[in-house]
Amino acid sequence: MGRAAPSVCPACLPLPDWARAVGDSAKVEAPLRRYEFALPQVHCAACMTTVEDGLMGLDGVAAARVNLTLKRVTLTAVDVPGMEDMAIQRLAAIGYGAQPLDSATLAATRQDAEGRDLLARIAVAGFAAMNVMLLSVSVWSGATDTTRDLLHWVSALIAVPAVMFAGVPFFRHAISALRVGRLNMDVPISLAMVLALAVSLSETIEGGEAAWFDAALTLAFFLLIGRYLDHRTRAAARSAAAELAALEVPMARRITPSGASETVPLDAVRQGDILAVAPGARVPVDGRVTKGHSELDTALLTGETLPVAIGPGDEARAGTLNLSGALQIEATGVGEETLLKQIMRLVETAETARNRYTSLAERAARIYAPLVHLLALCAFIVWGLATGDWRLAVNIAAAVLIITCPCALGLAVPAVLAAASGRLFRAGVLLKDGVALERLAEVDTVVFDKTGTLTRGDLRLSNAESLQGDARAVARALANASQHPLARAMAAALDGPIADVDDIAERPGFGVEGVWQGKRVALGRAQWLGVREAQTTTASWLAIGDTAPVAVTFEDQPRDEAAALIATLAARGLDLHLLSGDGAAPVAQLAAAVGLSRWQAGATPAEKVAYLADLAAKGRRVLMVGDGLNDTAALAAAHVSISPASAADASRTSADMIIIGNDLRQIALAHEIACVSKRRILQNFGIAAGYNLISVPLALAGLATPLMAALAMSSSSIVVSLNAMRLGWRK
Amino acid sequence: MTVLLILIPVSLGLGLLGLWAFFWSLKAAQYDDPEGQAQRILSDRYDDAPD
Repeated sequence: MGRAAPSVCPACLPLPDWARAVGDSAKVEAPLRRYEFALPQVHCAACMTTVEDGLMGLDGVAAARVNLTLKRVTLTAVDVPGMEDMAIQRLAAIGYGAQPLDSATLAATRQDAEGRDLLARIAVAGFAAMNVMLLSVSVWSGATDTTRDLLHWVSALIAVPAVMFAGVPFFRHAISALRVGRLNMDVPISLAMVLALAVSLSETIEGGEAAWFDAALTLAFFLLIGRYLDHRTRAAARSAAAELAALEVPMARRITPSGASETVPLDAVRQGDILAVAPGARVPVDGRVTKGHSELDTALLTGETLPVAIGPGDEARAGTLNLSGALQIEATGVGEETLLKQIMRLVETAETARNRYTSLAERAARIYAPLVHLLALCAFIVWGLATGDWRLAVNIAAAVLIITCPCALGLAVPAVLAAASGRLFRAGVLLKDGVALERLAEVDTVVFDKTGTLTRGDLRLSNAESLQGDARAVARALANASQHPLARAMAAALDGPIADVDDIAERPGFGVEGVWQGKRVALGRAQWLGVREAQTTTASWLAIGDTAPVAVTFEDQPRDEAAALIATLAARGLDLHLLSGDGAAPVAQLAAAVGLSRWQAGATPAEKVAYLADLAAKGRRVLMVGDGLNDTAALAAAHVSISPASAADASRTSADMIIIGNDLRQIALAHEIACVSKRRILQNFGIAAGYNLISVPLALAGLATPLMAALAMSSSSIVVSLNAMRLGWRK
Repeated sequence: MTVLLILIPVSLGLGLLGLWAFFWSLKAAQYDDPEGQAQRILSDRYDDAPD
């Protein structure tokens, strides 16, 4: 064995992994804390078991629990540095990409205190409503005198505290609206509930016939359900947004003057710091390369598909992806100066403009609330003056308020949005804001980004036939030896025998070379191999001995479903544009391949925003589909926006919807669902209005009874909910 | 009608029992991961710890 030193206590021998990872200083009795990770890929019972077992297998882990609804795992483990990394590595090893979530950001979303609060109020309102309804049925079926009074008193005992508890959310909103001198939907709701209680109480005391306790409670019950659905849609959106914010843990690896490297938050990076950028990592700040050769993938930043070679002295932009070699950069642009920050500023300006949109529910409330109050007031004055019986006048005014109370209206929008967002979630579209669905339904123009959106964003070999015989065999051998994306693409595209190449060595930033049959063979950049002429599409050259190098060309392929999506959207009469930061030639080629006639190439982020502003000025409602950092501002400026899940973090944060499944056809589906949802919302408004048209005149005439109110209110609410749920049933 | 004096408290009591059960389940975090709970029943592992 040899690992057991005699002086060590045998019980301490199986040192836990984390203790080895962090050194002897860590205590086994370290305090426990919670870690949270986003696991976008978990989707079934087997996933949950795999993840939980995998994490429980780690030393120092006390508990692991997957939350499938939120697609997260909560880990209770010892609080030692390195624990988080170990958990991520373990999850990656069992096949799940994990992102640590910042517990501070999540504290608000995890508990969902508001959701629980609403559920509790729904439960109380529901319980009270059912019991009071039971008592009311006895009254309606003919209970008289003392029995009726007894039933009324019991109802009052249940209803008064229940309404006081269940109605709090409405009272609170109503008061805050009244304070700033405005009317919202909650003002008539609160008034109706309070008036109904007051009138019924006085009727009960006087031994009168009509009591509205059940109406007040049913009202609270249905409206709370609408409120809860609304909250659920919003909470899902908020937790998606919080997750995206938490995903961006901005860290950089700094090289200290002594030569050691340390991980520091991005805020701590100062101008002149030397940072290490490993292959496969993103450049954290704008900087100048001091050491190393590599290539940068700038697709997310500028939309260019071909990697850019860099070496000492060259500029590296924050947000670009380091492909092949390890780099050291000196930070030059920090904080406000980076290109990233400039894009963020564009985003902020664009977002303030968008917040001016008024939703259908708000527009309905603006017409409805004043109208209802006016009607009730008129009823009160007219009846009071006409009969001189002010008690009757108050009763009728209360009846009008109860009947017109926007019960169905309160469900009309939330029920539809909840059904639609659930349906979209199942299809792989994450909706971040319910109102975005309304905006999507209004769209008449779609602007697409090119790289990574309509194309796959990865390059494919386009002239395999020019490599034959020995050249192909050598190319395969060299390509297999490299992890560079272009080499991977070649290795995947070529077949046939592999040549026996010796001494293969990778030269980061340049290419791969080796020795074959005594000759030097190399695969790499034009300049490295001494090729002068530069073709626009060429990315790589193959040299064998002293013969002239052969060009190996690559192309970014359009996604398989892109043409079908374009055709579907065009058939719906939408105006389609292609707006890219890439060069004119590849953009034109793609536009032709997928069937787009309008395109513009070489657009900077600011030009993209200007392009959208121009369309907006012409009265167009634009849907922007994009994934790159260079699209971020445009995504925020558009009427509504969609990003694929592969997009840059910042883009996903700006977009209203995210396509998780990476299938672009979901855009067409989302648009269809949005149009159907809007139709349903309007239908629901129609149903609610129709019910009011029949019942309001009766209430104004003093003919409304509690039984009528109960029937009409429940039936209209149920009809509206069923109409909304039809959305979820559609295949 | 004296039967009402018995039946009303009984029905209210039963309703309150249901209300209490709902509050208990709410407190026990049974509504935090509805999708996960639905899937967990398919796993043959015994699971008695809803979060």
